[in-house]
Amino acid sequence: MLLAQVIVGGLLLGAIYALFSAGLTLIWGMMNFINFAHGEFVMLGMYFALLTVLWVHGGPAVFTLAAALLLFLAGVVVYFALVRHVLRGPMLAQILSTFGLALLLRYTAFWIFSANVVSLPQTSLSGVVNLGGIFMPLPHLVAGLAAAALTLALHVLLTRTSIGSRLLAVAEDRRAAMLMGIRPDRMQAIAWGLAAGSAGLAGALMATAYPWSPSVGETFVLTAFVVVTLGGFGSVLGAMLAGLIIGIIQALSAFYLGAIYKDVVVYALFVALLWFRPQGLMGKA
Amino acid sequence: MTNHRVNRRSLLLTGAAAAASLATRVSPSLAADTVTVGVVEPLTGNAAAAGQAAKAALELAVDIINNPHPELGNLTLAAMAGLPNLGGAKLKLIFADHQGNPSLAQQLALRLITQDHVNALFGAYQSSCSFTATAVAERHGIPFMVGESAAANITGRGFKWVFRGTPIASDYARTYMRFVADMKKRGVKIDSIALVNENTDYGTSVADTVQEAAKKENVPVALRIPYSASTTDVSAQVLQLKEKNPDLVIFISYTADSILYIKTLRNLNYLPPMVLGDDSGFSDPSFIPAIADIGQGLMNRSAWAIGKPGSTTYKINEMYKAKTGRDLDDTSGRDMQSFFALADALNRAGSTDPEKIRVALTKTDLKPDQLMMGYEGVRFDQTGQNVLASTYLIQLKGKTYELVWPDNAATAKLDWPMKGWKQ
Repeated sequence: MLLAQVIVGGLLLGAIYALFSAGLTLIWGMMNFINFAHGEFVMLGMYFALLTVLWVHGGPAVFTLAAALLLFLAGVVVYFALVRHVLRGPMLAQILSTFGLALLLRYTAFWIFSANVVSLPQTSLSGVVNLGGIFMPLPHLVAGLAAAALTLALHVLLTRTSIGSRLLAVAEDRRAAMLMGIRPDRMQAIAWGLAAGSAGLAGALMATAYPWSPSVGETFVLTAFVVVTLGGFGSVLGAMLAGLIIGIIQALSAFYLGAIYKDVVVYALFVALLWFRPQGLMGKA
Repeated sequence: MTNHRVNRRSLLLTGAAAAASLATRVSPSLAADTVTVGVVEPLTGNAAAAGQAAKAALELAVDIINNPHPELGNLTLAAMAGLPNLGGAKLKLIFADHQGNPSLAQQLALRLITQDHVNALFGAYQSSCSFTATAVAERHGIPFMVGESAAANITGRGFKWVFRGTPIASDYARTYMRFVADMKKRGVKIDSIALVNENTDYGTSVADTVQEAAKKENVPVALRIPYSASTTDVSAQVLQLKEKNPDLVIFISYTADSILYIKTLRNLNYLPPMVLGDDSGFSDPSFIPAIADIGQGLMNRSAWAIGKPGSTTYKINEMYKAKTGRDLDDTSGRDMQSFFALADALNRAGSTDPEKIRVALTKTDLKPDQLMMGYEGVRFDQTGQNVLASTYLIQLKGKTYELVWPDNAATAKLDWPMKGWKQ
């Protein structure tokens, strides 16, 4: 029974990781662009959710949608104000631009929200589900379902719709896409909006489970990079799978070996896997 | 951050001021008109909330010292304006943010000494940061007052320039064991305890000390769980506790992880008979609002008690509340108290000469009525540790902590076991 609880806990944690990483892998897949500010997007999503609850008294449906929508807009703004310009620059400028953006967002948040740790007030998402003696916190459960839904939705969007085809076309060859009458700017702005929006959604859901402060992005973003790399660059399904695997490994090693060894186990396996399969679980070589 | 670089204009100004004072003989002595103290605290990063609270508390202490506050009774340096023995010189703080990073704390201490020419240093919350920053002060012969860090190894390295006003791990460990013994005498079943500690200097050294004290008192430690405070999930740790089922769990944790632990206890439906926090996270201003409805009856330690309306401590708390909108917490209170002890020594030294300040610190002898914390006094031994520091135990009732132990200081009844989320 205890083992079952450990594994379920790991899966739910993995779902949170997957949810967190979906937007990161999208930008990576669409634009070969590393967004170091992804953790800060999630952090903003958490604060937007909090403000929605405090000011509008919205329930979970309201604050998750509000955070997703606001971050979608933020993503589009970031694309036009920053990313579009540095795309023409050298690789290093691209990397450092989002790094700078991350610091800007983090310290602006410190300025506005102060460094205090905050939590979302009790919501209808605060309960626990007891399934025959196995406990599942509702926020984690919903986050897991949302991660699965989001992963599926992004997958369908990219592979089954015309907008997805156009997004992929721009990713494949910007110039050729333009010759086909696709406006790359609009497509890439949408990609940024989707990525940031999914980060916002992730943030709003995570806010129901975790206390946080403006530096929360740092805590999760390293795991997110590992999830994305393990899953395969740009593979949304891969990120889902990788998130779950990492969650389970962390839970098992923390329980049987001790909490301080869980990261050693995860990263050792991660490095070992990259040795044999550098493209990740579901990436294309 | 202020830089005291000498340029032509400041040189001219100083010259003019010196000439003016010579000509008119207004200045009573050549004493400095400001005394600067460099403060290294985590103003951003994981422990930023505590760092910012400490900053507000120190600013309040400086306000109390620099301006006349006769309403605060015998509190050190409150009644008069400034430091009387230095011709009423004002205190000035220069803050530096080490972000919880020990090597940054070290660099900042160096910068404050060599570039800002501070007269004394103060800090640094995380024991790991105090550990590195104090070494710099020792090397440069500048007095360093450790405000609140509890790790044993900060003092006791043979340092001459490092002083610490707060009670330390061994004081706390002794208190916890006396508490366990007292509970057993009352017929409470405590067969074993568990220690859950974050794994930097602070958590490790406190847990080591408590474990040692428990061994000496024959209190079995069923389980010890070290973990990293920046963790995102503590389910495995809580399940380990559930498996061993100790009667008392002592958490030596910072803020976000403390909240996460209490929430996870609830999520996994495991309520130990009693949870005792070793201050820090449990005293963070954001802790109670986050867990009040699921953590009823959990305990914490504190040397700070707000006291009755009209008392000095009550007035200090009102001033702090007016400034920050929150009650003063124990950690920031211990900071303020250490700072008052430093200011007292600066005043008695009557000079900004580092050696004179150091000697004054070694001769510190503050009585309980001069203090804002529930210590028996402030007096430093040859390692620089305050030997008269002690602490109370408090319990969460509703949305505030009430002083419940020891009996002679208690203002409320101790409830055992804790209710948690079960009303």
